[in-house]
Amino acid sequence: MNQFQYVRPTKPQAAIDAVAKDQNATFIAGGTNLVDLMKRGIATPQKLVDINRLPLTKIEKENNGLRIGALALNSTVADDKQVRQKQPLLALALNAGASAQLRNMATVGGNMLQRTRCSYFYDLAMPCNKREPGTGCGALEGINRMHAIFGFSDKCIAVHPSDMSVALVALDATVLVSGPKGERRIPFADFHRLPGDTPEKDTNLEKGELITAVDIPDGPFTKHVHYQKVRERASYAFALLSVAAALDIENNTIKAARLAMGGVAHKPWRLTAAEQSLVGKPATEESFRQAAAIAMQGAKAFKHNAYKLKLGPNTIVQALKTAASAA
Amino acid sequence: MKEQAQNKQIGAPMDRVDGRLKVTGGAKYSAEYELPNMAYAVLVGSTITKGRLTGIDTKAAEKAPGVLAVITHFNSPKVPGFDTAGKDPSQPATVGGPLKIFKDDKIRYNDQPIAVVVADSWERARFAARLVKGQYAPEKHKTNLEANASEAFLPTAAKKNPKHPMNDYQRGQVDAYKTGAIKLESEYVIPTEVHHPMELQAITAHWEAPDRLTLYDKTQGTLATRRDFAKEWNLPEENVKVIATFVGGAFGNALHSWPHESAAIIAAKVVNRPVKLMLTREQMFTNVGYRPYTWQKLGMSATADGKITAITHESVGQTSTYEEFTESTLAQTRMMYQSPNVTTRYRLASLDVCSPIWMRGPGEATGAFALESAMDEMAHLLNLDPLEFRLRNYTEQDPEKNKPWSTKFLKECYQLGAERVGWNKRQLKPGSLRDGEWLIGYGMGVGTFGAHRGAATVGAQLRPDGTVLLQCATTDIGPGTGTVMTQIAAETLGLDPKKIRFELGNSSFPKAGTQGGSSTVNSVGPATQEACLALKEKLRTLAGAAFASAKKEDVTLTDGYLALSGSPTTRVAYADLIKQGGDKAVTVEAKPGPEGQKYSMYSFSVHFAEVRVHELTGEVRVSKLVSCADAGTIINEKTAGNQMKGGAVGGIGMALMEAAHIDDRFGRYVTKDFADYHVPVHADSPDVQVAFVNQPDPHVNALGTKGIGEIAIIGVAPAIANAIFNATGKRIRELPITPDKLI
Ligand SMILES: Cc1cc2nc3c(=O)[nH]c(=O)nc-3n(C[C@H](O)[C@H](O)[C@H](O)COP(=O)(O)OP(=O)(O)OC[C@H]3O[C@@H](n4cnc5c(N)ncnc54)[C@H](O)[C@@H]3O)c2cc1C
Ligand code: SF4
Repeated sequence: MNQFQYVRPTKPQAAIDAVAKDQNATFIAGGTNLVDLMKRGIATPQKLVDINRLPLTKIEKENNGLRIGALALNSTVADDKQVRQKQPLLALALNAGASAQLRNMATVGGNMLQRTRCSYFYDLAMPCNKREPGTGCGALEGINRMHAIFGFSDKCIAVHPSDMSVALVALDATVLVSGPKGERRIPFADFHRLPGDTPEKDTNLEKGELITAVDIPDGPFTKHVHYQKVRERASYAFALLSVAAALDIENNTIKAARLAMGGVAHKPWRLTAAEQSLVGKPATEESFRQAAAIAMQGAKAFKHNAYKLKLGPNTIVQALKTAASAA
Repeated sequence: MKEQAQNKQIGAPMDRVDGRLKVTGGAKYSAEYELPNMAYAVLVGSTITKGRLTGIDTKAAEKAPGVLAVITHFNSPKVPGFDTAGKDPSQPATVGGPLKIFKDDKIRYNDQPIAVVVADSWERARFAARLVKGQYAPEKHKTNLEANASEAFLPTAAKKNPKHPMNDYQRGQVDAYKTGAIKLESEYVIPTEVHHPMELQAITAHWEAPDRLTLYDKTQGTLATRRDFAKEWNLPEENVKVIATFVGGAFGNALHSWPHESAAIIAAKVVNRPVKLMLTREQMFTNVGYRPYTWQKLGMSATADGKITAITHESVGQTSTYEEFTESTLAQTRMMYQSPNVTTRYRLASLDVCSPIWMRGPGEATGAFALESAMDEMAHLLNLDPLEFRLRNYTEQDPEKNKPWSTKFLKECYQLGAERVGWNKRQLKPGSLRDGEWLIGYGMGVGTFGAHRGAATVGAQLRPDGTVLLQCATTDIGPGTGTVMTQIAAETLGLDPKKIRFELGNSSFPKAGTQGGSSTVNSVGPATQEACLALKEKLRTLAGAAFASAKKEDVTLTDGYLALSGSPTTRVAYADLIKQGGDKAVTVEAKPGPEGQKYSMYSFSVHFAEVRVHELTGEVRVSKLVSCADAGTIINEKTAGNQMKGGAVGGIGMALMEAAHIDDRFGRYVTKDFADYHVPVHADSPDVQVAFVNQPDPHVNALGTKGIGEIAIIGVAPAIANAIFNATGKRIRELPITPDKLI
């Protein structure tokens, strides 16, 4: 590991200044992703600004929704009574991620900002545009089982690995950010980026900007929700593909629907057209299949991930079925 | 009788003698020895797969804080044994030899060590290692077995020796299945599987004098390691001492000497300090062997009433360019079923990869995937229950060697397992059972492994405090060797196990073979037993008149006294024996007898699986796994059960998730950590049920044991694959069976 400085400010502004003014400084929260990247030589910060002393851990009611502090732990959020009552989908997605030990360290802000698990990204001896722009994309013609079927570019076909973010994009969350230029609110769907020509940028966060909280508006999705994660073992693995589904059903008719997929794109993939197709329809497998077909429009596979073209719709159907029957 | 019942130690589910040490951190593994003035070493690996090193930039690393040396082939001291031609004829399993580290500029596989950085702390060595940059002249490499299968060859050892077991085998007519009435021909692939025991490979090398070397090393054979490094440095074997008191799982991984061990010894010589070298998890993928990628083809024919008429089994396994690693992939096919015509052909393909090595159930586990899947395929073709099909082709004597089995209780295993898994619920027609979206199926797979026994020597002595100390150079890589030897000694001596101490894992102790091939209890067990008998005899002769006419079998060691069973008043206090002076120690060698010539000796197992397959997502859950074994006498129900369960979980990994993939464009693994290389977690494994027939084999040794470690995994993967077929109608012939293959 490289040598680095370490500071632990107690005020958000001090943390922001420390990172904004130093090209080689970076925030560290739970460290469950950043430290791994440092050990492998992929991240080489010269200064770590530990934000764990900042007062950003609260989960509270705010206007017509919940505000979750950026430093709230994944496990705390998943177990929180208000979250479980008002946004059970978020709790399900969180608990599908990583392991209990990791969830006890990982924070909400860090989870959103975790980097891709593309194995070429993780190996300094392999080409990777995201890690080292201009070296090429190792996965494009390599072993790309885990890679994207939506929104990729020829520069990068990686997927975002977070489970939590799939639920947050479905729930219309907003990211609260505080930076050198003041505060701003970023709709969750605009927080992560598609790779385009600059795959090295995962998100639209600017240098020195600190995530302070996530707002989730109250909604009707308190009962018919499901997070379906397909992985290669029963637990403790990243998703091959996942689906967050939320339905508002009255008299077996769908009044509102939310649908997003994970493991298919460079960002959590919201399926708005499929959602709309469900509104007004009966909560039947037939409706779910139609929505799944709409959701998959435009999907394109590479050599090793063609299975996602079938796994995608299947998982959407399964997630919607489970959500619809959730009591 | 009562006394005997009390002394019944063999078979008891005794807790591990070292259990407390292990769970409290008191057990010292090879990376945990701290010696004065120790230095730490980290390897730097090649980033190309084949070619030459034209230069290495070590300047930045040499200047990094704490760095003591950066050793490469440019500046490495000469290792005398690297130049000695010839190889050890006692090591016939491989042709060629381990990589000779830092000997030349040739790159033979990706991540081959090109430098070792030595520093005053591990962190500093690791930091500096990243600053070393190799310059290369790359050449075209080959890492894909199927693309190079046309160049597959008969192993050199077989070419040179027509009696070598890797030669083609024939009974009856060649490829007779092709003209069979009902026939099948299927191809099977198992990917490279990597060992990854919990404990990383680590060694501490200490030159105690310019010609005296002590190694704290992760090894399955203290004597094999001693021999290898004595040879490398042209030292008399007694000048090299190897200590491996505790080994945190090895599974075959530490049956070979690897380049990192040589590197640590070289480094210790250069810096003239003890050097500790521990591989990283990533380096465990590339530098210490694996179960080789293997392609297989199996042809089988049968009569309509379910008698196999012919089997042809071919395989091509991957090996490196510098060493021919072979394993008995085809052995089970030759002896498991009654078939008049059997053909086997074993070939190797040399690739630019690190050498493979045995991995639990070596060869047989690979071969059984093809054979036992094909058995299931044939049963399906015949519309027969796969268990019934196996019974119709059961062998009452070894059809390969034409000898009687020493013992075979496989039918009993079938029965036990079928009952426990609920085989009667199985439907002949695939896809018949379901629970909501989950399709349910049942499958079975059979395993076998030779009941190997070698010579072993054990030392036993009565200590002044009335305890008995036993010593043997064998290792304990986790099965509980020290525990079962204590039980054997306790039963033989009639002494409380708490008064017995069995020391192992030290090359200075009396000789034993490596711990591998399920042979330790078969070999060291009888040596322990005979050493204890000899000790009793020795004590009897010292014990005076009352014992003069007693038989050694009747002598027992009790708390404080040497006694005679059946004659409670005849006894001599140890204190009195000790006072007499004289030697209270024996060293006894036990060797296999001629029974091996008369009988075919094998352990057998059968595994039954119940699986649930999600029809939409393709996820598989093994909901029941029952493993039954005919492994001879079970010395310790608990440790033996642990072995079976561990093997079963390994089999789940093999069936459903383990695969190390190389990107052939670069020759480099893309699965290099536990996020990409999946092994089962608890949620993947049901509560594995284990049952033993527990019938002694009177021919392998006096204890009646046959060996457990390998048969625990052999046959598990096909049991699961067959259950998946029964659930879904999908026959997956390429492992692992991940969700993408089932949707
Ligand atoms: C073995 C393993 C398995 C895993 N499995 C899963 C899984 O199945 N599903 C899943 O979703 N995740 C999984 N993860 C990822 C895990 O969820 C993330 O590592 C974790 O959420 C990151 O949070 P952290 O607080 O530790 O972030 P850190 O590692 O501390 O930080 C990550 C990044 O975020 C930045 N950052 C952190 N907080 C802020 C903030 N408030 N404002 C601005 N920048 C910030 C840091 O600078 C850094 O760049 C796994 C991780 C591991 C190691
Ligand atoms: S997919 Fe993206 S992260 Fe992966 S190798 Fe290509 S550029 Fe790098």
